[in-house]
Amino acid sequence: MTVVEVLAAIAPHLREQVCVHSNGYMSRAAFGVRDHERCFYMIGSMGLASSIGLGLALARPGERVVVFDGDGNVLMNLGTLARIAAAAPRNLVHLCFDNGVHASTGAQATISHRVPLEEIARAAGYRRAGRVRDLASLAAEIPLVLSEDGPSFLLIETALESAGPPGPRITHTPEEMTRRVRRALGVER
Amino acid sequence: MSTPCPAVRFVDALESAGFDFFAGVPCSLVGGVIAELERRGRYFGETREDAALGVAAGAYLGGKLPVVIMQNSGLGVSLNALGSLHAIYEMPCLLLVTWRGYEGKDAPEHLVMGEVMPGLLDLFGIPYRAPAADELPDVAVWAADTARATRRPVALVVKPGVLA
Repeated sequence: MTVVEVLAAIAPHLREQVCVHSNGYMSRAAFGVRDHERCFYMIGSMGLASSIGLGLALARPGERVVVFDGDGNVLMNLGTLARIAAAAPRNLVHLCFDNGVHASTGAQATISHRVPLEEIARAAGYRRAGRVRDLASLAAEIPLVLSEDGPSFLLIETALESAGPPGPRITHTPEEMTRRVRRALGVER
Repeated sequence: MSTPCPAVRFVDALESAGFDFFAGVPCSLVGGVIAELERRGRYFGETREDAALGVAAGAYLGGKLPVVIMQNSGLGVSLNALGSLHAIYEMPCLLLVTWRGYEGKDAPEHLVMGEVMPGLLDLFGIPYRAPAADELPDVAVWAADTARATRRPVALVVKPGVLA
């Protein structure tokens, strides 16, 4: 499965969820597949997409928050798995796209081939934690993680795509992204 | 040990000024503030200061005006989040940062950051105050007004003896 194939399979299930995308190719791929006023693309601050999603989930318990994370990002902020599990927000879904490399910087290997991140999430105490390797399993899991109580962690194995970005650069400015999410949530005019 | 009254009054001032989400990593110099926030069920303890800033960013997206509490050692950990998240996305928050290493009188690990911290805040364009105890209510209002007006982080630097 490529990142774009996975995102295209998830997109039909997304409506009013607040989506937080980690930096680099994750954001570019997601922006190319589906943009929405409730989508937030993190272009810097690597590692913190999960923390941003956690803050949103805590501040807005009535909204479902979906974090589109990557293996490099999760490994950079591994404490977030413990913190999310301990806070146990029912409205948080944590997707981890695991291609085993830092794709945006030239495909240098991460250590995710030796460290199963979903097992760390499970041990930390996420309500659900699992791994999918193909589109059929993904299609079965996505409706569950989007509807059942979280926090949920789903590791999605993706293939390393050919060199080059999987989507366009984000055309929204960072400050525009902040304001459009806040407007969509009714907290800014 | 902290005396509870200044910390309680300061938390009152922060909440009156409009701050309504509190995350952080502890320092003994603000132990009384954290204890009071916990008593009110308002404190979200994080594992690292930059993660606390990420949580604060999310809380701001969700409509909160956040405070992130940290020792100044954590300011170093926080610099990339402040530069590549809060500054460019225009996300306000109050950094409540303790001043360990103040005037060079502290344990060795605090001396370098204690000396460079004001310059570091200036370099990152973060307006700050280092108030005396009786100035705390006024600076809480200044911090909220400045954060809202600039949509950027501001800092209150807590010297030893001000709150503990």
